[in-house]
Amino acid sequence: MGIVSPGFQGRPRTQEPALPPGQYLTEDFPVLSAGPTPRVSLDTWEFVIAAENGAEYRWSWQELMALPQETPMVDIHCVTHWSKLGTNWKGVSLDVLLDGVDTGAHFALAHSYGGYTTNLPLDDLRGGRAWVAHTFDGAPLAPEHGGPARLLVPHLYFWKSAKWVRGIRLKTMDEPGFWETAGYHDYGDPWREQRYQGD
Amino acid sequence: MTEMSYLDGNMLDGPLRELFAVDLSTATGRCENCGMTGSMASLRVFSHAPGLIARCPSCEEVMLRLVRGPDRAWLDMRGTTFLQVPMPMEQPYPSPL
Repeated sequence: MGIVSPGFQGRPRTQEPALPPGQYLTEDFPVLSAGPTPRVSLDTWEFVIAAENGAEYRWSWQELMALPQETPMVDIHCVTHWSKLGTNWKGVSLDVLLDGVDTGAHFALAHSYGGYTTNLPLDDLRGGRAWVAHTFDGAPLAPEHGGPARLLVPHLYFWKSAKWVRGIRLKTMDEPGFWETAGYHDYGDPWREQRYQGD
Repeated sequence: MTEMSYLDGNMLDGPLRELFAVDLSTATGRCENCGMTGSMASLRVFSHAPGLIARCPSCEEVMLRLVRGPDRAWLDMRGTTFLQVPMPMEQPYPSPL
């Protein structure tokens, strides 16, 4: 019998935050942007899913707010090496938005006010893993962080979570977006450290 | 902070010197989108990003993107119609035989 009783184990050991390879932890929320911050009025804001057959599915701001809302708490990982853990968002799941969209496409190209684009497999927008997020830490998402609304796809590097998202085009062929045409990885899995093409 | 700031195109000198033998701060470029022709030093460079993005000061379209990986670099200049680089000849052309 050992010296220490098996019944006495103290407080559970706090797990070290699990970070993907090459990442460091940050407590603040760095602002990265490829251009000027677009100012989008909620009166004219819209979100459009365009299917490969030409059909379009549109939501105004009021219609988006009327949909079922979720409050994901997720870790986010930027390709510039910072990670932020346990971030709190509110938004609409892409499962809700894609429900009823008639498509056979396998790829998606998200596009934003201001012209930014990023591509993802359509499957990565499904299964409770992607949202159109409009609230961060209980407050309306600030413009410099992508407000009024941004895509939130936290299982991929954060450049895939397009700020100022305006819509998603569904595609039968993969079409690389803004960073993907400039050397960054087509998929961008932080746990496999897929930063650049060929990683 | 509510607005992303940018730097002027002079900041491209160092990063692009890795790729080009000429001094681009004295080069002139034409914007593919709006046709504005001006000094590369006048571009608006957004550097708080996964790469450098240089935008036309007139129409704000992207004229140049430079991504620097640990062992590779990517340069995309599809937004720039041409680069005019000062390159004086040592002798007048055509050179005398």
